[in-house]
Amino acid sequence: MALELEVVTPERELVRDQVDEVEIPGKDGYLGVLPGHAALLGELGTGELTYYTGGRPHYLAVHGGFLEIRDDHVRVLADAAERPEEIDVERARRKQQEAANPAIHLDPAQAVAVALRAQTRIAVAERARE
Amino acid sequence: MPSLIDIRRRIRSVKNTQQITKAMKMVSAAKLRRAQDRVIAARPYVSTLRKVLANVAVAASGEDTGENPLMARREERRILLVLVTADKGLAGAFNSNLIRAAQHFIADHAQAEVTLELVGRKGRDFFRKRGARIAGDRLNFARPAYSDATPISGKAMDLYRNNETDAVYLLYNEFKSVVAQKVVLRRVLPVEVPEEIQPVDYIFEQPPEEMLDALLPRYVGMEFFRSLLETAAAEHAARMTAMDAATSNAGDMIDKLTLYMNRVRQASITKEIIEVVSGAAAE
Repeated sequence: MALELEVVTPERELVRDQVDEVEIPGKDGYLGVLPGHAALLGELGTGELTYYTGGRPHYLAVHGGFLEIRDDHVRVLADAAERPEEIDVERARRKQQEAANPAIHLDPAQAVAVALRAQTRIAVAERARE
Repeated sequence: MPSLIDIRRRIRSVKNTQQITKAMKMVSAAKLRRAQDRVIAARPYVSTLRKVLANVAVAASGEDTGENPLMARREERRILLVLVTADKGLAGAFNSNLIRAAQHFIADHAQAEVTLELVGRKGRDFFRKRGARIAGDRLNFARPAYSDATPISGKAMDLYRNNETDAVYLLYNEFKSVVAQKVVLRRVLPVEVPEEIQPVDYIFEQPPEEMLDALLPRYVGMEFFRSLLETAAAEHAARMTAMDAATSNAGDMIDKLTLYMNRVRQASITKEIIEVVSGAAAE
């Protein structure tokens, strides 16, 4: 038995595949999903989405949205999502530094969100290189 | 009777025009293909979002926490009409159909106060000259990104939440096929939640009302994004059709002018022969 994983953003479809297992960054923490999972609706946080096909892991950086699990069908509606090879690490590092600078980001909550997105991108890009 | 040189000049000018229209047609065809791909790429997100929203709305309506401000229905006394036109012309009746539809809308809602939000240069220029009530305007987007739609939808939602408008309508051209565009008028606020046929018993990671708060802005944002995508595709399709017609019209004109030119040429030769012959006969 396998899971059917779908990762879509408003602009494109990133994944539509049979997978063995998915780890999804929920708004309130990571969710591990295996076949036979109960129907679930939730909000998506910012983080690494990992899925396994044939024992091999694949990584995506996702940033906010929704997820639905139903009948072994996992749908991830992300506001934005990137594959590791699409990530501009230089830019992410720059953003990370900017986030720590109170002159650029006056709102601390916004600064944290920017830093989190940058960290996720860097982590995902590095994962894929391992 | 015009001289041969004049007619030749005329033919050359029509040929030049034909080359331009042919090139424009080809450019539009290439752009259309890409725009169409983007419309198709947005579909899975929309259909899934719709399903999720339907389920969350059912779950949220069970709890007695009052209606979401984006779903609250009011008497339509102040209406915001978002008109999406193209920036450029030469696309047949693409823009004028939309502008006419907008005028009809305003006339039909004479009892209400209609304010316009204009996306695209053509609509902006038209209504600005006529002194309509305009909330804001912006140019259209050649390659719309989701982040282009969110400022427009965000503004509409703010107006609605702050009780500054009672309804928001979206007016744009939908891409039906390469030869057909359809003017579409859709009410986006208050949000009408799609009906789910069979509600599923979900586990909710977050409370349904909280999820509804997060879902509705994205649903509205997607409506706006879709209108931009559809407009882009429809515009290229309309221009392609218009330029195709222009190219074949130019071809007809060249044929007609060539025929006329040959007649003029023959007439002048005949005239010369008669002159020579009668000149010889007179001697």
